[in-house]
Amino acid sequence: MSDELKIGSRKFNSRFILGSGKFSLDMMKAVMENGGVEIATLAVRRANAGGEENILDYIPKGLTLLPNTSGARNSDEAVRIAMLARELGCGDMIKIEIIKDSRYLLPDNCETIKATKILSGEGFIVMPYMMPDLSAARSMADAGASAIMPLGAPIGSNKGLLTKDFIKIMIDELELPVIVDAGIGRPSQACEAMEMGCAAVMANTAIATAGNIPMMAKAFKLAIEAGRMAFISKPGRVLLGRGEASSPLTGFLEDPK
Amino acid sequence: MKVNGKELEPILPMTLKELIFDAGYREDRVAVELNGRIVPRSDYAVVLLKKDDSIEIVGFVGGG
Repeated sequence: MSDELKIGSRKFNSRFILGSGKFSLDMMKAVMENGGVEIATLAVRRANAGGEENILDYIPKGLTLLPNTSGARNSDEAVRIAMLARELGCGDMIKIEIIKDSRYLLPDNCETIKATKILSGEGFIVMPYMMPDLSAARSMADAGASAIMPLGAPIGSNKGLLTKDFIKIMIDELELPVIVDAGIGRPSQACEAMEMGCAAVMANTAIATAGNIPMMAKAFKLAIEAGRMAFISKPGRVLLGRGEASSPLTGFLEDPK
Repeated sequence: MKVNGKELEPILPMTLKELIFDAGYREDRVAVELNGRIVPRSDYAVVLLKKDDSIEIVGFVGGG
């Protein structure tokens, strides 16, 4: 059965988006392959002179690159970084990330809406990282976003789906794919996000800080696939305050008295 | 001239392509902003640098 993830004009078979930060470069290939990853995020920074190794040489061919605008503190800076990312020549997808606060690393939804409008007007496939707020997400959709990326918990925290109820509201109300980005620390949390209808999960630190990094990438892949299958299968109902027998209530070995 | 925030005094005349090569950057792995404007890679060889230019040379790194 075909179950593609559609983001703008692009289609993907994998629903696991991997952040490429914090890994050693020679581990990149194994992580991407074990995770069955088709989309990987990157950041744009001042280049190092002196022919240092470049991350693009370590990412398997055929992967779709999703540059982020990390480091941007407002919409103008995000637009500038996005333009430079496109000039680097790896397509027109962009994850908008605008952060003013350096302690909690929480995104600025207002600036993100502005940047979404400008960059979608410039022809980018825009994926805004945001605080899970339905009203802001609707504004991002109106501004031309192709997916919405609410956080589960602060970036790099591995704390899981702290914002679960708000993300569920967004899944129920928005037409766009909702992709949990940030905070997911364990495969079980990724699975839970997928079970409730997220279109994909993005993770980085959860894998990069694991004891066995390639194996954790695989664990995330399986969890995301399991969660997706469960969502499509429609989980069974919940009974409150009582049980219900799974075995027949007739034909017992003992005669009724 | 400022390159990535550092003062440089290259011997002019010099093209952007020459600066990128001399400074040890890989042309196919960078994007360049000259005085706040992006220079397409195809123009590197024809852009002549000036004494007071401000240049940003960026590339991809790992990030989430």
